[in-house]
Amino acid sequence: MPSKIPAQPSGERASWGLKLGAFGAILFLHIPMWLIFLYAFTTDESAYTFPPPGLTLKWIPQAIANTAMQDALFLTIRVAALATAAALVLGTLAAAAVYRHDFFGKEAISFMLILPLALPGIVTGIAMRSAISLMHIPFTFWTIVIGHATFCVVVVYNNVLARFRRSSNSMIEASMDLGANSFQTFWNIVLPNIGTALLAGAILAFSLSFDEVIVTTFTAGNQQTLPIWIFSQMLKPRNRPITNVTAMLVVLITALPILFAQRITAGHSDSEGGSK
Amino acid sequence: MLNRLSTYFYLRPRVVLALLLLPPLLWFLVVYIGSLITMLINSFFYLDGFTGKVIHEFTLATYAKLLDPTNLQIFRRTTLMAACVTVACVVIAFPLAYFMARFASPRMRTLLYLAVTLPLWSSYVVRVYSWKLILAQEGIISWFSRLIHIDWLLDLYLKLPGIGGPSLSVSATGIFLVFVYIWLPYMIIPIQTALERVPKSLLEASSDLGASPSQTFRTVLLPLAFPGVIAGSIFTFSLTLGDFIVPQLFGNSSYYIGKAVLVYQGTAGNIPLAAAFTMGPIVIMVVYLLIARRLGAFDAL
Repeated sequence: MPSKIPAQPSGERASWGLKLGAFGAILFLHIPMWLIFLYAFTTDESAYTFPPPGLTLKWIPQAIANTAMQDALFLTIRVAALATAAALVLGTLAAAAVYRHDFFGKEAISFMLILPLALPGIVTGIAMRSAISLMHIPFTFWTIVIGHATFCVVVVYNNVLARFRRSSNSMIEASMDLGANSFQTFWNIVLPNIGTALLAGAILAFSLSFDEVIVTTFTAGNQQTLPIWIFSQMLKPRNRPITNVTAMLVVLITALPILFAQRITAGHSDSEGGSK
Repeated sequence: MLNRLSTYFYLRPRVVLALLLLPPLLWFLVVYIGSLITMLINSFFYLDGFTGKVIHEFTLATYAKLLDPTNLQIFRRTTLMAACVTVACVVIAFPLAYFMARFASPRMRTLLYLAVTLPLWSSYVVRVYSWKLILAQEGIISWFSRLIHIDWLLDLYLKLPGIGGPSLSVSATGIFLVFVYIWLPYMIIPIQTALERVPKSLLEASSDLGASPSQTFRTVLLPLAFPGVIAGSIFTFSLTLGDFIVPQLFGNSSYYIGKAVLVYQGTAGNIPLAAAFTMGPIVIMVVYLLIARRLGAFDAL
């Protein structure tokens, strides 16, 4: 067994203060999430009493059967699915263009794609609202989808571009040398290669769309997506137990796929989520 | 047929490029850049106070409204809040980022990284909701302060003008806490990235040359981590400027930029004023980004 280099006497081990600070920050980030899970089971109907006066399972079937919640959930899923599909196509095309070619304004493409996420959500929101109302387009399901797709493109783009940069060009050349045409090469070589990057990008885009609330506020008419429904419940609590359970469901719906996305890109270590 | 098409494309990479680039470019130019331009145009229109209709004529009157004392107050309040949130995020994020970059084992680091990014990707609204539970009058903070017998201190604090309120869930302190919580991961990751890039040899050289650990920390590590801090602050600052959910849920009647924009375009139907208002955070962010670039923040992104 190789002998270990002795630890430096100074500066190599974390002081107790530092460990405490680091641990404290992690707790600060996570305790609120645990509370969401606790409150989903509280018997308290009209307040947020801590500690909960009692625990019950009865809200869960009630929340799932709640039609307002169901409508919001299905609307959100439909929006997220379509926005993700659009983002997949646009993001992959942009990534392929930027990776394979050199052209004037290439740097500007990445910048433009990240802009909807980098600028405060309210800028994207009010910009789209003013455009939509100026052109007298009615606020519908489709305006929500278009808004969401716009800020979802960049996560797909980042993931696919990172994968392109990591994979070697020789496979594609070999495929062409062996007589495959461009379409066969794309189908048999390129697509399987970027498959998991596409999947990870799609999951991130879906969850980004799934809980977006700021842009949605401006691009929706009277449609209520699930985050907007929760938001309205927070403004005027009508049904706290149902909201508590819904909050827990949303955490589960978004967190589990993200863990999965982390896992499938872990081997390639290129899951560039970018900023939210 | 397919082969001939394939050869055609192979020989004309520019055509392929155009085909690849056209859809995303068109989408972004029309939907996004187009929207931004309409917003800019809208901000030069004005609302006829009498008829409540937007008049499509060029005017600077809407921008002049931004200089009303109440509106200036909104800008000042929001910028101050963004600055406080940013400072608090740095203070909380730094120890964790430092620990992750310097002392955690690779396995531990992966775990911590996941622990930091998971909240980032989990639902924003739900994370805000959790603070509704925490800050409520009957919630965990009141319970805890009674438990350790400092509830009198909490009551005293809530009586303070400006930062207090009827309860923590309706106060500037509440807004501040929720913002810090929501944006914290955006600060941790850039600082950690910046610290990780500091070569070990540099720190060893510093201590070989006789610097004490705290001197090394102050004169070597801290300046090198600074671009990371600036990079993180871009997020925390910009996100705080543009948010209306948190002030709406935890604030009293005092407005922040985001809430003002929402109210102006919504109930007031004054899209020009809302658009002009939005130029505020954009200008503030552009100035901020220019300063940040000067300080070398983009090397850390």
